[in-house]
Amino acid sequence: MTEVLVSVAPAEPVAAEPGFIRRLLRRPLAVASLTFLNLAVLSAVFAPVLAPYSPTELDLSNVLSGPTWAHPFGTDDLGRDVLSRIMYGGRVTLVGAAIGVTVAFAVGVSAGLVAGYVDGWFDNAVNRVADMALAIPHIIILLVVLSVFGRNEKIAMVTFGLLVSPTAMRIIRGSTLAVRHELFVDAARVSGLTTRQIIVRHIVPRVSGAVIVLVSLISASAVLVETGLGFLGLGVPPPTPSWGELVAVASTQVHTQPWLLVPSGLLVAVSVLSFGLLGDAARDASTEGWQARTPQGRGPRRRAVVESAEAAVAERAEAEIQVPTGSLLSVRDLIVEFATPAGPVRVVDGVSFDVRRGDALALVGESGCGKSITARALIGLLPPGGYVAGGSCLFGGRDTVRLEAHALRKIRGSEIALVSQNAIACLDPVFTVRSQLGELVRIHEPRISRVAETARVRELLEMVHLPDPGAVARRYPHELSGGMAQRVAIAAALAGRPQLLIADEPTTALDVTLQAEILDLLCELQERTGMAILMISHDWGVVADLCRHAIVMYAGQVLEAADIEAIFEQPLHPYTAGLLLSNPQLGRPRQRLSAIPGAIPPPGRWPHGCRFHPRCSYATLECQLGPIPLLEHEQSRVARCIHSDQLRAKVSV
Amino acid sequence: MRSGRRLLDVDGVTVEYPRGRRTPPLRAIDGVSLTVHPRETVGLVGESGSGKSTLGRAILGLVAVRSGRITFDGHDITHARARDRRRLSTDLQVVFQDPYSSLNSARTVADTLAEPLRVHERLSRAEVRGRVHAMLDRVGLFADAAGRYPRHFSGGQRQRIAIARALMLSPRLVICDEAVSALDLSIQAQILNLLLDLQEELGVSYLFISHDLAVVRHMSHRVVVLHDGKVVEAGTTEQVCDEPREPYTRALLASAPVPDPALQRARRESRRGTTSEMVAVRYV
Repeated sequence: MTEVLVSVAPAEPVAAEPGFIRRLLRRPLAVASLTFLNLAVLSAVFAPVLAPYSPTELDLSNVLSGPTWAHPFGTDDLGRDVLSRIMYGGRVTLVGAAIGVTVAFAVGVSAGLVAGYVDGWFDNAVNRVADMALAIPHIIILLVVLSVFGRNEKIAMVTFGLLVSPTAMRIIRGSTLAVRHELFVDAARVSGLTTRQIIVRHIVPRVSGAVIVLVSLISASAVLVETGLGFLGLGVPPPTPSWGELVAVASTQVHTQPWLLVPSGLLVAVSVLSFGLLGDAARDASTEGWQARTPQGRGPRRRAVVESAEAAVAERAEAEIQVPTGSLLSVRDLIVEFATPAGPVRVVDGVSFDVRRGDALALVGESGCGKSITARALIGLLPPGGYVAGGSCLFGGRDTVRLEAHALRKIRGSEIALVSQNAIACLDPVFTVRSQLGELVRIHEPRISRVAETARVRELLEMVHLPDPGAVARRYPHELSGGMAQRVAIAAALAGRPQLLIADEPTTALDVTLQAEILDLLCELQERTGMAILMISHDWGVVADLCRHAIVMYAGQVLEAADIEAIFEQPLHPYTAGLLLSNPQLGRPRQRLSAIPGAIPPPGRWPHGCRFHPRCSYATLECQLGPIPLLEHEQSRVARCIHSDQLRAKVSV
Repeated sequence: MRSGRRLLDVDGVTVEYPRGRRTPPLRAIDGVSLTVHPRETVGLVGESGSGKSTLGRAILGLVAVRSGRITFDGHDITHARARDRRRLSTDLQVVFQDPYSSLNSARTVADTLAEPLRVHERLSRAEVRGRVHAMLDRVGLFADAAGRYPRHFSGGQRQRIAIARALMLSPRLVICDEAVSALDLSIQAQILNLLLDLQEELGVSYLFISHDLAVVRHMSHRVVVLHDGKVVEAGTTEQVCDEPREPYTRALLASAPVPDPALQRARRESRRGTTSEMVAVRYV
């Protein structure tokens, strides 16, 4: 099992994941809000010990004093110490808020989890109740409750909690629904977990982000509601202080002593802000351990790249890019990089190849080898962050990697077309096949008449053997089956009569019978129109079926290039040989396949020397010393290996 | 292989999916029968929509069976209740296709692997950790994988973790639902080797569901071909793959391109007639 051990060497050094608290405390805003809220809670809890005065102690000789040494926050209209009243007031306000949050959490979040998970009648019932509850005006209910229960704030806050729980339920139910259909839930069911265990262990961690944010928002709004009730004089009866009552008193004195509004108002504002900030930080901290980080950063502007690439090319002083006669597309030393926060990462590293007119060339390799990126770079369709950092791609006398966007747009579609794996995604769901193909036809032939356009659309659909093209033309993309959608996508690619069709795994998502049909179609179209095909695939069967030449890529480089017969008969690179032998069709049934150990290294972690050497059984010390060039063999074959002869000897035995 | 007791017996099983009040339910599988013996791999092959995954889910109790009988080790589990299912889960496990969705991204590998143990066995923390590490080692991952989240792993590594989870309780039957379809060729070969090794070592049976004939042929003792929810052909791998009787099986075999340019060219010529007929049939 040595192979396996090599294969799964962890990609990065293992650091113990820091716990939630430590991750939270790494965020300055979280620390600030946490400090403030703790201070507020502690001062409320220990008010009897800490408060300098009693909250109800009057000092009529010293009213509305403003901040002094004796009264740092000043005194109110009855000479009561504002600081002490804030500390005692927190006992009412914060407890009220806590009650509201607890109720909303207990009712809303749990109902949302269960309704989202179990579905069916319970979900229906909960939703109906929630719909009704959402239609009730909150403030009226609160006023009724307060008048019935004689200004009992606790009951008012329980009511508040119940009133906001439908909203909480809706949000959590939505998050749960999204998680419920993931396969790990099925796996947990198969493992024998009960519904409760699945919700607690699997659903809750996944929706925890939403729960945390929700709780922080409800906390903030509970503080505001409690303050509002106090302000309206509906809260606890005087002289018991609450934050709302403090604001109310301050507002009556706003003309005589505006300062009075500062401590109480700031307190409420900062508390609400703190809850929000803490919620965001806690959400990030709780999910950062497992959530994939989205790569950020963008490439240098296209023009800058173009200039630097031009400089690089000029440096090579027209190192006489030899374009073979009959070549339609000549790629030379293509380098593609992606901008990441850690700097540029190279994904395609000096790739060169030619596509001849009417040729069918395969770019073969495993996912992550750079084959799709290479093809997309040629037509300026790199994903965000990607840019061409060097090399050239000559097509009809122009260098496509150095063309301005509008010039490139003219080439795309009309001279080079692309068919990708996910055909349905390439079609606009709101337009019929007819209108989408018609638009493409008009782009390529702007002066075409309406009648000719319709005829051309029909011709395109007939070319891809869609029976009853008229009916297909009237359909929307969602009304097409997978195989039909792929045919329509090919028809769209043919609209501009391209000389080169880039087919990026065009049959990977299809069933074998459909795959065979699409391959037959491509083969026939090539014979009829004489266009060249650049086929990107990991499937040797597809390559053998359609292509005449193959280029094997690995870790951003070309490892081997040869005619299709030659490469199947006698691979000259151990990676090619390994890939061929990994194919179960070539193995003996129920016997271990001679799998290549390990996995393709990600861009940025390519090994020194030959990039395949850690996985290669032929590797010697020499392979690790320096880069291996593409070595030429007979029949115009090349392979990036110094042990090709050994391989040849072994295979031919 | 046919000798001995049957481990799994699926007898005339039909599964329907409701499609609202007005439309009749969709019959995903229709009277399907198959058996799996101990230490045997049965390949279930079919195109998308053939019902192959639905059958796997019906056996696992993830979809309700409309009619027919599923027997596991002599016990009728067709409509097993939650408690019986829970007991069954020590014997019957699954590896899904998508290693991204089948692992809970919010839980560490150790949590995922320890879960079946925590549900079914009373073990100390140290024992659980020992079992988890032993299983990680068995499927070719380092012990330090335990403390990490799924996002740290590649597709192939995740599939190893999913296999490890399925094997934690030493089940007797593992349903591999397109378990290698999402993987690259070289990684697929590694996982197929791992599954073969584990079968040799632990004597587990597989119901190997795949659309890929080559993989099914490589792994299976017997093959069942499913089309439109019905069994089209069943037999030993040699019978089905080398001397197929049914036209559908033949078309399926003829459609899969072989990695041999000369042979493939010859096949293309002989196929041309059959597939264009199929196109006509499909779109009528």
